Amino acid sequence: MLSYTIRRLLIAIPTILILVVACFFLMHAAPGGPFTSERPLPPEVLANIEARYGLDQPLWKQLWDYLSNIVLHFDFGPSFVFKDRDVNDIISQGFPISLTYGFLSFLVATIVGVTLGVVAAIRHNTWIDYIAVSLGIAAQALPNFIMGPILILTFTLWLGWLPGGGWNGGQWQYLVMPVIALSTSYMGSISRITRSSMLEVLNSNFIRTARAKGLPERKIIWRHAMKPTLLPVISYLGPVFVYVLTGSVFVDIYFSTGGLGKSYVNSALTRDYAVLLGVTILYGTLTVVVNLITDLAYAWFDPKIRY
Amino acid sequence: MKRSNKIILSVLFNALLASTTLADGHIPAGVTLADDQTFTYRVLDEHSSVDPQVVEDVTGAEVVRDLFEGLMNQDADGNLVPGVATGYEVNENNTVYTFTLRDNAKWSNGDQVTANDFVFGWQRAADPELASPYQWFVELMSIENAGAVIKGEKPTDALGVRAVDDLTFEVTLSAPLPYFPQMTTHSTTFPAPGSIIEKYGNEWTKPENIVSNGAYILTEHLPDERSVRERNPMYWDNKNTTIDKVIALVINDENVALTRFLAGELDRTEVPAGQFPRLKKEHPDTAISFPRLCNYYYTFNLSDSGPEAFKDVRVRKALALAVDRKIITENVMAGGQPEAYTFTPAAVAGFTPPDTDMAKMSQADRDAMARELLAEAGYGADKPLSFDMMYNTSEAHKKVAVALSQMWKQKLGVKVNLANMEWKVFLETRGNQDFQLARGAWCGDYNEASTFLDLLDSESGYNDGKFNSPELDGLLEKAKASANASELYTQVEEIIAAEMPVIPVYHYAGVYMMDSDVGNWPVNNVEQNWYSKNLYKVAQ
Repeated sequence: MLSYTIRRLLIAIPTILILVVACFFLMHAAPGGPFTSERPLPPEVLANIEARYGLDQPLWKQLWDYLSNIVLHFDFGPSFVFKDRDVNDIISQGFPISLTYGFLSFLVATIVGVTLGVVAAIRHNTWIDYIAVSLGIAAQALPNFIMGPILILTFTLWLGWLPGGGWNGGQWQYLVMPVIALSTSYMGSISRITRSSMLEVLNSNFIRTARAKGLPERKIIWRHAMKPTLLPVISYLGPVFVYVLTGSVFVDIYFSTGGLGKSYVNSALTRDYAVLLGVTILYGTLTVVVNLITDLAYAWFDPKIRY
Repeated sequence: MKRSNKIILSVLFNALLASTTLADGHIPAGVTLADDQTFTYRVLDEHSSVDPQVVEDVTGAEVVRDLFEGLMNQDADGNLVPGVATGYEVNENNTVYTFTLRDNAKWSNGDQVTANDFVFGWQRAADPELASPYQWFVELMSIENAGAVIKGEKPTDALGVRAVDDLTFEVTLSAPLPYFPQMTTHSTTFPAPGSIIEKYGNEWTKPENIVSNGAYILTEHLPDERSVRERNPMYWDNKNTTIDKVIALVINDENVALTRFLAGELDRTEVPAGQFPRLKKEHPDTAISFPRLCNYYYTFNLSDSGPEAFKDVRVRKALALAVDRKIITENVMAGGQPEAYTFTPAAVAGFTPPDTDMAKMSQADRDAMARELLAEAGYGADKPLSFDMMYNTSEAHKKVAVALSQMWKQKLGVKVNLANMEWKVFLETRGNQDFQLARGAWCGDYNEASTFLDLLDSESGYNDGKFNSPELDGLLEKAKASANASELYTQVEEIIAAEMPVIPVYHYAGVYMMDSDVGNWPVNNVEQNWYSKNLYKVAQ
């Protein structure tokens, strides 16, 4: 297992490198640049700006300088748009915020989703099942860009319970709406996957054997059915984990959380090359690491899988 | 004994009266101020910078105007009033300006603001090494040697600015510029604290490092969430400042911002397009609209790559005539925007755009004339006019574009293909003349008609439609040196009305929800250059 882990981590390096190179060239292929503006800059001004940011160099040289700065100084370069901050600043400010509400959303979505799914499966075809399934579908059908405005209207304008946005160091009042908005649709999916997986497991031979042995139902569910039930859920949770951890552009836009999701999307729109690349590297690395953890987790949940 | 008491009392009373009516020059008599003097407003996006020489967005400039103070300020009507400078003199040729600085202006660390701080700031703005995008502004100000310094051909100290002594700042221009004093209210021309910038480098604008000379200091900055500025006790006019704290909240979505305004979290926010009539009815005291110094137009591509049809002035005129501007301003935008028949907004100072023939006609007459002109140009049912029309992605622009294309289709049988593009792609496409009809809009850099009319100069880098009229170029050239430019601008507008290189649609309005307890918001300042130090909050 150790050698497998090391091998996977080694493969990650060229993977991320390819990602960076692809992103770099795609970015430069898009029309317009960071300094394209409604007011076309005089050529001498543009020349000064390009010289300052090294944009007057050939592309391969820019890429080389960029990568070597990261490797040698862990410096991801300056932002072309936010002149008071560099990419390291932007990531170190935005990422902890995205991480906080993302991780909480992940926990809420997983715990509530799995519970709903399991309960629905155990009480298959009863009113509990129907309610759980309806809740799951409703949650799945509510994307966060709909949830956001609805939540703000309800909790801020009508009830006046919660502030309409902001972060304030992550106080709980500021966390409630972002977490609900982000977790709802994942919760719906998780509950549906869990339910169908649990139903399948409960109909399999080894559960029938366990029942025939006269094991109490509680033990059958927890000891025998739970692990195989969670296998498909885990393969779904891996990408979801990365997705929510890296923040959500909608949550950042509607709740002004200051997270990284919005910076990422904005950097693409404003052609803020260094920010776009920096965040891409971060997301890429996270994806690789979380995929590895997911694969390792399989081995724990399914004795048939060995590395 | 009794008598003297009376005198003392009346003196005290008078002093008290004076302190409520006069001391705070901007607060009218009889107003009771609120205990909490915090002004909270919504900004659309995170500011680009609070470095006066580097900032390039409106949001950032608003913060910088509070943190720093330049030579001159604007009052509530946009007129020049003294800032750090108490006044200026100009030589006979209008090329050398000498500003006298007040001796009590201080940086927030207690240092005196001197002419050298201005010299440093102005040289910094032109410095190729800083590479400020606003170097163009230094060129526009026609400061001696600006071009050469920016190109790196001369050192920064060759720039035509000098400190005669600590309190005398002198600027030499390469050519007279009638609106030069107006330009000294722009953030690019603010002083900069040399020793602080040297000490902290790029980090100098962080709240823990920044030193500024304006009415406020930056105390908190949480990117993409909020920035907070608080009273600068060192500011020379601090005793006449009322607002204690200004909070700018970043809220990208205008509908969410409106909800948060209605929930009482904000003192000011923008009204989303189309919602003004409803809000005005529900909240008559808080929904306000006033003219702004910006225009909204569509430009024809008149370059070689443009369509043949647009080279015919009759086609251009027909399309401009058939636009029912009343529908656009009253039903589509619905925020009190003025209809536009000239390129320059009527809100501009020192120039009244002429009443064009088109403006005087009824819409029915305009439509009839449009049909006639188009038929004359050879377009009709058997040979319908067809072209592409592009705008940048936005709900409001889309609504206007759809309305325009429908008007042309119904009245003239013209077939229009709409295309929307993401902002940067749009700019690139328009800048490369890779379009037929494209949206355009411009907000004045300074309050003078040339900031708009220069856009149609054949040499202008912003003339994306490539309109080329030597007559118009000549008039604009003449206006630069003329004492009475207004007459020349009228002629320029007449050329535009006759040649119709662009279709003016409407002029912008500032459409806000403004808490009724906010006093002194400068609705008459068409550039919306507002200063928190002039605002106050009334007790309710």
